[in-house]
Amino acid sequence: MEVARFWRENQSRYNMQGKKCGACDIVYFPPRDLCPKCRRESIGKMEKIKLSGKGVVISYTEVHDGLPAFSMQVPYTMAIIELEEGPRITGQIVDVEPGEIKIGTEVESVFRKLGQEGECGVIHYGYKFIPKP
Amino acid sequence: MREVAIIGVGETKFGELWERSFRDLGIEAGFKAMEDAGIAGDDIDAMFVGNMSADRLIDQEHIAPLIADYSGFGERNLPSVRVEAANASGGIALSQAYMSVASGVHDVVVVGGAEKMMDVGEESAAEILASTADQEWEAVFGATLGSLYAMMARRHMNDFGTTKEQLASVAVKNHLNGSMNPDAQFQRAIKIEMALNAPMVADPLGVFDCAPLSDGAAAVILCPWEDAKKYTDSPVKILSCGQAGDYMALHDRPSLTRMDATIEASKKAYKYAGIGPNDVQLAEVHDAFSISEIMAIEDLGFFEKGKGGKATEDGETSLNSKISINTSGGLKAKGNPMGATGVGQAVEMTLQLRGEAGDRQVKDAEKGLIHNVGGTGSTCIVHILGRGF
Repeated sequence: MEVARFWRENQSRYNMQGKKCGACDIVYFPPRDLCPKCRRESIGKMEKIKLSGKGVVISYTEVHDGLPAFSMQVPYTMAIIELEEGPRITGQIVDVEPGEIKIGTEVESVFRKLGQEGECGVIHYGYKFIPKP
Repeated sequence: MREVAIIGVGETKFGELWERSFRDLGIEAGFKAMEDAGIAGDDIDAMFVGNMSADRLIDQEHIAPLIADYSGFGERNLPSVRVEAANASGGIALSQAYMSVASGVHDVVVVGGAEKMMDVGEESAAEILASTADQEWEAVFGATLGSLYAMMARRHMNDFGTTKEQLASVAVKNHLNGSMNPDAQFQRAIKIEMALNAPMVADPLGVFDCAPLSDGAAAVILCPWEDAKKYTDSPVKILSCGQAGDYMALHDRPSLTRMDATIEASKKAYKYAGIGPNDVQLAEVHDAFSISEIMAIEDLGFFEKGKGGKATEDGETSLNSKISINTSGGLKAKGNPMGATGVGQAVEMTLQLRGEAGDRQVKDAEKGLIHNVGGTGSTCIVHILGRGF
């Protein structure tokens, strides 16, 4: 896969940059150019916003049958997290023991390796989550 | 709008069909449907083919003319269209074909659905399935399709008290129904302990909570209702279709425990057919995962939200009970060859409404609903079919 496919998303995957609708103040992650609530009203009013990465677990699962890129990590925990600014996001929760995560667990984002292209290819980085210390 | 009939149906066996190629499967299903309709190639005006991922599964793009050609339509210059909507590709192929006949553009149309999944390894198949969710913001972080449905299941259990036994009872029922379907991938009944003790896929979902990978194809023939009696004494009428969409990623939707696309699609289908959920005796619903069947029977209006698990456990969705759900065995036991799945649902419903479903026949089946979902619920298509004779 071409490197551009990954680096064009880096602002969001590295820095958790989303968008806020200037018309209704709803925050979106990943960034959107159009607010699904305001639609036409939002054109030209979607402003960049950096998110805190703090949130709570809405649901989670321990993945035993994982994707090939994550096969060394099984079982790994995936979760849907509601960030304090409002948007929900899908991410991996790391540095946890099985059973440690519950619905409602507070988490925060960390910067981690997501994967790499083959043995000596480009390494991709982005957010994962850990329980709030 | 013209009324539309299904005048012929056919399907291959679903399963691990190592000796059969993609084109073998598509052609077998199409021929069976044409034989069933008693129709010749010269009568066909167009072909619609539901297919999710031939490009990644068999390295073949442009599969509609391929199937049309090997079905003998090369000399006839028949128009053919591939329709892709993930696991709902077959259902959407049916709706597109239905609209083309209803509108008067075409008269006699073949709707096919075909998928060949066994030519890639399980790991590649898992990647392809995950890409029916949002590749850049779900799968890239490690989310499999099963893990996303597992998060729906976790939340459903948390909010409504749904149990693992209730999830397992979906598999037990569907395997029992599958044992009466000669086309099903799995034709053996199972005990609930087998499902409960199966290895985990993404907890709380184990192997028996997940539909298998399958090869298979299915086809139905449509024509205007007014012409149907020319071809068959037992036409089935398409009473309505309703389609709806939703946010692509599960995390962007307001609720993890319902599918708004199912709710909206079925509202349209009920409205156009002039009936409600209590007027259908049976339904083929999209049980790609056990939790999907439980959510579907709630979202389609058969049971109150949160009561789907209990209803299944209590046998209310078993064959010839309150409402017979997934008489074919569903995706779980009949099999889930992605693009063929939705067309296969139409095959099952047609056999049921004609009274030709053998041991799994629903008594006095007059109207039935078929429900096909793409991704984690970003596409849903519902058709309502009725006995026409």
